[in-house]
Amino acid sequence: MNSAKTIPRQTEVPWTVAFSVSWGSLRRRIFRSMITMIGVVLGIAFLTYMLVNDSIVQALVAMRNESVNVLLQKAGVDILREGTDPMMLLLIGLSLLTCLVGIINAMLMSVTERIKEIGTLKCLGAEDSFIVRTYFIESSLQGVLGTLCGSLAGLLVGILINLVSYGGYVFQVFPWFEIIRAELVAFVIGSLMSIMASIAPAYWAACKQPVDAMRVEE
Amino acid sequence: MEDVILKAQGLTKVYTMGTEKVYALKGVSLDIARGNYVSIMGPSGSGKSTFFNIVGGLDKPTEGEVFMDGQRFGDLNSSQMAWVRCHKVGYIFQSFNLIPSMTALENVAIARIFSGRTPPEARRDASEVLEQVGLGHRLHHTPAELSGGQQQRVAIARAMVNKPEVILADEPTGNLDLRTGEEIINLLGKLQKDKNITVITATHDMKMLAASDVVVWIRDGQVDRVAKRGEVKIQVGTIDGNTLA
Repeated sequence: MNSAKTIPRQTEVPWTVAFSVSWGSLRRRIFRSMITMIGVVLGIAFLTYMLVNDSIVQALVAMRNESVNVLLQKAGVDILREGTDPMMLLLIGLSLLTCLVGIINAMLMSVTERIKEIGTLKCLGAEDSFIVRTYFIESSLQGVLGTLCGSLAGLLVGILINLVSYGGYVFQVFPWFEIIRAELVAFVIGSLMSIMASIAPAYWAACKQPVDAMRVEE
Repeated sequence: MEDVILKAQGLTKVYTMGTEKVYALKGVSLDIARGNYVSIMGPSGSGKSTFFNIVGGLDKPTEGEVFMDGQRFGDLNSSQMAWVRCHKVGYIFQSFNLIPSMTALENVAIARIFSGRTPPEARRDASEVLEQVGLGHRLHHTPAELSGGQQQRVAIARAMVNKPEVILADEPTGNLDLRTGEEIINLLGKLQKDKNITVITATHDMKMLAASDVVVWIRDGQVDRVAKRGEVKIQVGTIDGNTLA
């Protein structure tokens, strides 16, 4: 008797369904999702601020205007030095690493909390790929939204602080190209980082077994 | 000859705790006929839940085989097992296990979506089944807004929506008061008769016995006794007598 062929493979569930399930879970835990997001917002805002600030200052230096140079010196800018301070790069790197760990931690906790839910979905016929998708979307959505807010916040703060220090000169030399590039760089770095942080929790979620649905809640 | 839907053969389950081996099941064999209402009774720690989970395709035995409709679970890959869980088996849990972020309708519809239906089709079928269990007026409430009995009805609708051949119910009345528990048992009994579904419950609830066609007692990882409907009726009195004393 070789009837194993009579049982088909389980049908694939469309991405849109995984997306709406993830969105529902995010909305239910909106407060905690916000806290996770704030971590990302701060890290990315810091990165964007540094990039924006750098481009504006470089543009001002390039003006070679006497009164601007006075203002730059007052603000403590070394006019002769090129490029970004390596200490600053280290600081940015560390803050990004911290938000990466923050996302992973928050998502692992959220998976642990929902072991029973994952088991139940598997009892209903969910395959591993569906579980990976929903948790991956849920996690990276937080990261990408946080990145978006963070890069805008960093831009705003960067422009405001420079306006306070250098007044109208900022708009005379406003480095559009560099600023847009800074925004893109921050967005790509933030999104890649969030997506990387989402992989492990999503796979960990998919490792849960159908029998976990029977767990007695601790 | 009886039409056997589920066949368990020499099921053994060993858990390793440190260096010690614990036998949850010590070679259980049992045939379950199609359309029967089977209650599995046994004290906690008897291996009842382990047996139940293995027969339902939720867990794998250390040794032995389970056949559903002649199909050996051991021959199926994980995707095929997901298909079996989706199309052939409906699960009902003691703590209902509804997804808290979804409404009653969505909870039932998601099971239907797994069977390959589009979301609009799934929602239509889900509302039909919810209507049948008497929750037509509660479609858009979340589990938190429903009573225990209503939540269990949603869970029954979810188990029914893919027209399974077997329903596995793990202590379905365990978290419900007497009267609601009775309603749930009646609902399960009605579904079993109307749709010729095989219902298997793990329970300590004596009320379940009256509805059962077969009662299986499990003790120390082995089948202690199997009683058919006629014999059970006699047992109810003595057991009731014992529990009252």
